[in-house]
Amino acid sequence: MPDNSIVVDRLSKKFGEFTAVNEISFETKKGEIFGFLGANGAGKSTAMKMLCGLLTPTSGKATVAGYDIASQSERVKRRIGYMSQKFSLYQDLTAIENIRFYAGIYGMADKDIKQQSDRLMQRLNLVDYANVKIEALPLGWKQKLAFSVAVFHRPEIVFLDEPTGGVDPVTRRDFWEMITQTAAEGTTIFVTTHYMDEAEYCDRISIMVDGKIEALGTPEQLKTNFAVSTIDEVFICLARPDANKTN
Amino acid sequence: MKKFRAFVKKEFYHITRDWRTLIILLGMPIIQIMLFGFAITNEIKDAKIAILDLARDEHSTVLIDKILANDYFKLEAYLTHSREIEPVFRKGKVKEVIIFEPGFGARLEKEHSANIQIIADASDPNTATMLLNYTQAIIGNYQAEQNELQHLPFSIGIHSEMFYNNELKGVYLFVPGLIAIILMLVSAMMTSISITKEKELGTMEILLATPMKPAVIIIAKVIPYLILSFINAVIILLLGFFVFHVPVHGSLLLLLLEMILFILTVLSLGIFISTATSSQQVALMASLMGLMLPTILLSGFLFPVENMPLPLQLISNMVPAKWFIIIIKGIMLKGVGLAIVWKETLILVGFMAFFILLSVKKFKPRLA
Repeated sequence: MPDNSIVVDRLSKKFGEFTAVNEISFETKKGEIFGFLGANGAGKSTAMKMLCGLLTPTSGKATVAGYDIASQSERVKRRIGYMSQKFSLYQDLTAIENIRFYAGIYGMADKDIKQQSDRLMQRLNLVDYANVKIEALPLGWKQKLAFSVAVFHRPEIVFLDEPTGGVDPVTRRDFWEMITQTAAEGTTIFVTTHYMDEAEYCDRISIMVDGKIEALGTPEQLKTNFAVSTIDEVFICLARPDANKTN
Repeated sequence: MKKFRAFVKKEFYHITRDWRTLIILLGMPIIQIMLFGFAITNEIKDAKIAILDLARDEHSTVLIDKILANDYFKLEAYLTHSREIEPVFRKGKVKEVIIFEPGFGARLEKEHSANIQIIADASDPNTATMLLNYTQAIIGNYQAEQNELQHLPFSIGIHSEMFYNNELKGVYLFVPGLIAIILMLVSAMMTSISITKEKELGTMEILLATPMKPAVIIIAKVIPYLILSFINAVIILLLGFFVFHVPVHGSLLLLLLEMILFILTVLSLGIFISTATSSQQVALMASLMGLMLPTILLSGFLFPVENMPLPLQLISNMVPAKWFIIIIKGIMLKGVGLAIVWKETLILVGFMAFFILLSVKKFKPRLA
C-alpha cells in the first residue's frame, strides 16, 4: 500500500516485566496529521521512539516510509524528522547555525542549504536575529524553529513529541498553521499532545491507555461513538473510566 | 564526509562560544607550568634557623659564618641553652637548629673528631630533608678546607650529597607529568562532559534519530578535543623548552606521535566514561576521581612508584599516565628511541583498544 506512510502491526515494547506498549496496530496515510494521544505514562513516547528507530521493539512489526523499523532503521532515519519533548536545538548556536548543522548531517547539498535556510529565516521573521544565540529567543519562536529544522530536509514523515508544551495560545495557533501547511505539502505529521483543542486539528487521532490503543478515528467519529461533544470528554472517558461513572 | 564536516564545525562552535572554558583550557597549562616551574621549586631560600653554640671557639664561629653566608639560611635566633630548642620549634619560628657541642674546636684540634647536632622540623619532611642536606654539605666543605689547610685528618663525620640542589631538575620532572595531566584533563574530562551534555539536553536523541551513525557522531565529537589537547601539549613543550630549558634529547617526531597516542588513549577513556554515565555531573566526578587523582598520585608524577607499597604499585600499572610519563621522560630527558619504549607504547595501544571495545559494547545506537 504505497498510500500508507506508517504501518504498525501488533507492536509491543517491554521493559523487564513492565509492558510499555502492548500490541498496538494502526496505519497513517501520506500527508495525514495523525494525533497520538494518551495520558502521561500511557506509552506514547515509547511507541514513537520505536518508530524513529531509537528503541528496538520487543515484538510485532512496523514499517515507516516503507522500511522495516527493526531491520532497516538507517533507511527509516533518512526519511523522517524528529522533534523531541525536550528542546532539541543547540542553545549556544544561532538559528542559522542550527539549521545548517541539521541540514548538514542529513547530507543536504550546500547550495540547497544556503537558499532554503535564507528563505526559512525570512519566513520565521528571524532575519534580524541572525547573529543571536537561540538561548536568547522566546520559547515559542524556538519551538517554531525546532519544527522548521525537523522538516527542513523534507522528510516523508515527521514525529513531534509534545511540540507545544509550555507555548502560549497565539504561538500554538501559528505552530499548528505550520503543521497544516507542511502536511498539505505531503509530509505525514505524527504528533503527540496534551492539548485537546489541538487534537481537534488532527485528521485522525488515536488514544492510548496503559500501552494499548483504545480509540482510533477522526475526531468527529470518536465524539459520535462516545456520545460527547469534545475530544476532552472522550479522553477523560478512556483515561479515567471511574471519573466518568461518578459524573 | 560532508555530514562529518558539518558536525565537527558545530562542535567547534560549542567550544569557541564557551570562551570562559576555552580560556581555562588553554590558560591552564601555562599557569600550571609557571607554578610548578617557578613557585614550587625544590630549592631552599632564606630558611630560618637557630644556632646553639655551646663551644664559642674559633672553629664553631667560622663554621657558623660559613653557614650564614649562604642564601639558603637566615639566622632567626641565637640560643644559649638547650631548653630553648623546643620552644622555638613549637612557635614555628625556625625550621632547623644547629648545635655545637661544648669544646667543639678543642676536640677537633686534639682528637680530630667532634660533633654537631642538627635538629630539623620534620613536620614538613621534604624541607627538613633538604635543609639537613644543605647543612651537611656546608659542614662537609668546611671539613675538607680544614684538612687541606692543616694537612691533618679532621673528621666531623658528615658525608652528604645534595639531592635536590638543582632547581631545574624539578622542572625536568614536572614537564612530562604536566603534559600527562593536562592531556588527561582536556581529553578525558572534556569529551566525557561534552557527550553527556548532549544526552542531558536531549539532543543526543535527535542525533540518533538522524541517519548519522553513532560511531561517526562520537568521532566527530572528539576530534576538536584531540586538536585542542595537542595544542596544549605543544604549548607545554615550548614553554618547557624556552622558559625552563627542558631539553628534548630524543626524536621530536616520536615524542609528538607518542603524545597523539596518549591523547587517543585518554579520549577513548573519556568516551567510555560518557557511555557509562548519563549526566554531566556524574561524568565530571568520574573523570576527576577516577582519572585525575590516580594520574596525579599514582603515575609517578609526584611520588616515585618504587617507594609505594606493593598493592599501590600494582594498581599504578593500570594508570595509563604512568606508562606515558615513562615514555616521554625517556624521549625528552634520556633521548631514547622506540627501541627502548616499545613496551610502554604497546601497553598504551592496548589500553586504547580495550576502552574503545568496551565503549562500542556499551554505547547503544538505540536508547534501550
